[in-house]
Amino acid sequence: MKAVVFALRSFGRELRSGEVVVLLAAVGLAVGALTAVGFLTDRIGKAVARQANEVLAADLRLRSQEPVPSEWSELAAEYGLDTAETLAFPSVVFAGDASALSTIKVVSEQYPLRGAVRVADQMFGEQREVDGIPEPGEVWADGTLLARVGADVGDMLSVGEIDLRVSAVLTYRPDQSIGFASLAPSLLMNIGDIERSGLIGEGSRVSYALLVAGDAQAVTDFNDAIESELPDSVRIRSQEESSERAYNAADRAQRFLSLTAIISLLLSAVAVAMSARRFAHKRMDTVALMKSLGATQRFVIAVALVQLVLLGIIGVLIGSIVGYAAEEILSRILADLFAGELPNPGLRPVVLASGSAMVLLLGFALPSLIQLRNTPPLRVLRHDAMPPAPSRLLVVGLSLAAVAALLYRSVGDARMLLVLIGGILVIAAALYLVGRALVAVIGRFRSGVGVAWRYGLANVARRGRDSAVQVVAFGLGLTVLLLLTLVRTDLLEGWRQTLDADAPNHFLINVQPHELESVGALFENNGIPAPDFTPLVRARMTLINGESVKDREYPNEDGRWLANREANLSWTAEMSSSNELLAGEWWPADYDGPPLVSIEEDAAENAGLSIGDTLSYFVAGRDIEAEIASIRKINWDSFQPNFFFVLSPGALDGMPTTYISGLKIEDEQKSMLIDLVRAHPSISVIDLGAILQQVRGIIEKASVAVQAVFVFTLAAGIAVLFAAVQSTIDERRFESAMLRALGARRRTVFSGVMAEFAALGMAAGILAAAGASILAYVVAVQLFKLPYEFSPLLWVVGLTAGVFVVCISGFFAARGAVNSAPVDVLRGTAG
Amino acid sequence: MRNQSAVNDVVLEAHELGKEVSSPEGSLTILSGVSFRIAAGASVAVVGPSGAGKSTLLALLAGLDLPTRGHVVLNGVNLSDLDEDGRAGVRADSVGFVFQSFHLVPSLNALENVMLPLELAGHKDARKAAREIIEKVGLGDRWSHFPAQLSGGEKQRVAIARAFAAEPAVLFADEPTGNLDSRTGANIMELMFELNRSSSTTLVLVTHDNGLAERCNRILSLDAGRLQSDSEAAA
Ligand SMILES: Nc1ncnc2c1ncn2[C@@H]1O[C@H](COP(=O)(O)OP(=O)(O)O)[C@@H](O)[C@H]1O
Ligand SMILES: [Mg+2]
Repeated sequence: MKAVVFALRSFGRELRSGEVVVLLAAVGLAVGALTAVGFLTDRIGKAVARQANEVLAADLRLRSQEPVPSEWSELAAEYGLDTAETLAFPSVVFAGDASALSTIKVVSEQYPLRGAVRVADQMFGEQREVDGIPEPGEVWADGTLLARVGADVGDMLSVGEIDLRVSAVLTYRPDQSIGFASLAPSLLMNIGDIERSGLIGEGSRVSYALLVAGDAQAVTDFNDAIESELPDSVRIRSQEESSERAYNAADRAQRFLSLTAIISLLLSAVAVAMSARRFAHKRMDTVALMKSLGATQRFVIAVALVQLVLLGIIGVLIGSIVGYAAEEILSRILADLFAGELPNPGLRPVVLASGSAMVLLLGFALPSLIQLRNTPPLRVLRHDAMPPAPSRLLVVGLSLAAVAALLYRSVGDARMLLVLIGGILVIAAALYLVGRALVAVIGRFRSGVGVAWRYGLANVARRGRDSAVQVVAFGLGLTVLLLLTLVRTDLLEGWRQTLDADAPNHFLINVQPHELESVGALFENNGIPAPDFTPLVRARMTLINGESVKDREYPNEDGRWLANREANLSWTAEMSSSNELLAGEWWPADYDGPPLVSIEEDAAENAGLSIGDTLSYFVAGRDIEAEIASIRKINWDSFQPNFFFVLSPGALDGMPTTYISGLKIEDEQKSMLIDLVRAHPSISVIDLGAILQQVRGIIEKASVAVQAVFVFTLAAGIAVLFAAVQSTIDERRFESAMLRALGARRRTVFSGVMAEFAALGMAAGILAAAGASILAYVVAVQLFKLPYEFSPLLWVVGLTAGVFVVCISGFFAARGAVNSAPVDVLRGTAG
Repeated sequence: MRNQSAVNDVVLEAHELGKEVSSPEGSLTILSGVSFRIAAGASVAVVGPSGAGKSTLLALLAGLDLPTRGHVVLNGVNLSDLDEDGRAGVRADSVGFVFQSFHLVPSLNALENVMLPLELAGHKDARKAAREIIEKVGLGDRWSHFPAQLSGGEKQRVAIARAFAAEPAVLFADEPTGNLDSRTGANIMELMFELNRSSSTTLVLVTHDNGLAERCNRILSLDAGRLQSDSEAAA
């Protein structure tokens, strides 16, 4: 109780001291960064997952060959979820005498639950988002379909036994499969018309689906509840399986944010540790005095703890305000990414952040407080009497535990966490060793320089361990700053380049071999380079290593599904530029031996396939056996046509083959597509523009978010620099007073101090550039799977920034020290 | 319990005190074979050249540090028998300090500094008692000032007020005028002697100043860690 009173009494004044300001700033920054990043990761994750869900037009889809029993939709309603029904089946559509095969998509009122349908008022015209579905008696038809039957908006189409009016051109529906097999152009129809059409009857191949969407937790609960109950004929699909591309983008956005969060947090932790050390150090005199006046150890530690907790609370308050402000600003920047109702973060971030701040304080400040407790009272008479240093095990153990606890909570990605902590620890250790070596080298130079430099360099050498620690602190801060400024740009750039502006935005499918030439010519006549065509052969996998694909055991269900469904095969002499060989060998360009097959890595993993296995296919009445020769990784972001299974040249000769192609068509060139589908009615054109735009949008916004959060990191880095400089300020004040008392001019003393900082800054700069290069390489290659080039700029900037930033911080620290009146300082009565 | 020893009212007793510290050049003897007894209410000056071991002796007598040889009995308690908190308890009850460089807590104002030992000793009305003593040292109108706002002499007055506030059995002063000009120093010493007379406090004063030493009842003279002379002065 006495301790609390005492702690409170002196607290107001303590608040004004420099180290407390740094400590508060560090805690506040950590909390602010955590709140903002946590908020962002959460929201971006949800927003992106939602965009990914568009591909299903729902959060969950129950698909069946028979009508989905109404009990499931009733159950979904009980969970507070929205539902919609869809049916899809192939059917021939007529306009007068002309006819074409179409995928009829029949939907109920609420469709789509996620994403939006887009239509145009004329073929290949301007598209717009619509809310709702076609009225009864009307349909929205794909432009290709209209071209094939020679109809236009306003015309009537015969669908089964009824005639329906085309009220718009359907340009995009969220669940149009982007797997471009067997896609007949689609027709969107109101479920109210289906009965009259007479299309549903015995033997019709209808795929029924119940779409479900709503609150994420409710969806999960619903999913769990029905999973074991559902009959085998009903298959559940959720977002993870539905869109590799959108999911990749979401994943990377989260990784970038996590990276930023980790770094802000680590830097804040370093700043907390350093300022806590000084906080404790500055209190040593007071503690010694209180002990000499009869205070017990418990009393002094209680006072320090109460003050620390109070600081923590203030830090949390500041941080929460900053965090909320950042949230507000960021959610404005990202408003349309977060479109739609998202749960209010409420008090949760504050509670989490307070907890985190306390963990941070305890982990990094407690060792210093424990040391404070052991301050010998003798210090009141002998100023050099110091408490024993806290045990290394305690310091390292506590801080690592705190970091692990915090990072795990905020990042939740164990692998990334380990790589980063590992990287940073290695750099710190390396920095320390090199720092010590450098300090030793610097000492040698001092006979050859002027008095100011000699004084500065002598200082660096004399402080030995402390100088090395400062080099580590500066170096670490700089490493992170470099990593975030230069490397972040490089990484984002690399990431953007994977989605270069030339990525195809249209796919042509179902091109017949005899059409290749005329289609190519049509494009060239319209000023578009003739596209590359990729062959496609539909097949069924029958055996794997002689065992039936039906009976075989698979590592997971995806593998079974992959092996049992109809497969799209292709062949090529040269591997696509969007592929990367992971294992095995690619066949020579002139290969004409027995069939070989190259498979995609996930397919190999899910189906439990490896090099040397043989796959048997049944194609158009013939059996083909191919040996797995290689495993590839596909860069899906390339939007190039890609295949899980690619065979060697000649293997599929004589098989019924169609061709597909991905190509970039500018908006003003789009009208040629009408000519294309009129001249080649069997070809389908799929517009990927909307999806591409979606993915680009995610990337752009995520990078804005990362940059915004980066502000926290930068501030935390500066807090570290300040804490490091501050930790030597008393000593500097005393030394400079002494030198001036000995007759040194203020300028000389000042130059000496600056020389010292310049040397430290240079050392830190060199080390940081090296560290950032290595870390960047690891992060780029290991985590983001992007190529990375070492950049000389890192070194130039690292060195310059090292000297510059350290000298500036040093200037502010040294200014006060150099200007103190020598007599006060030497008497120990200053302040 | 107070140990009633042979000589009545002995408040402080040094028994064959020795202090050795280890240094890079081997062990160093700072103090050896120092013994004396100090009667309650006495004023004792410890004199000797710089480095003689005066401060070290003071630290041992007050239980700020432990001797490597011998022991100290303060107010009837053998300090070597106590742990650090135990010795702190003894100081809270029976010791006051005045230091060369004042040692006020910079974040507390003058009054709060004076209240500190009172509160540590569990005094019931610390504020009132502190106000009274701060009045006595002539700083009644400046009690709310912080150390940074006070001159050296004023700081030392606050320190003296703090030292006498809890009415300690023994007051230790280590060169209390060392950081003050001679006029201010003389005023400060006047104040100290006055308070010493008006209370029953025993004063142990480390000083260079022979004039000051002569105003004490007794002078212990230390050189190279040994007691050279122990003379009763006629006061
Ligand atoms: N803990 C210690 N370690 C090393 N030397 C010490 C220690 N304590 C005191 N000394 C040395 O012992 C001598 C006596 O110190 P001190 O008691 O402060 O002398 P005085 O107060 O008489 O000037 C000095 O030379 C001092 O440097
Ligand atoms: Mg001394």
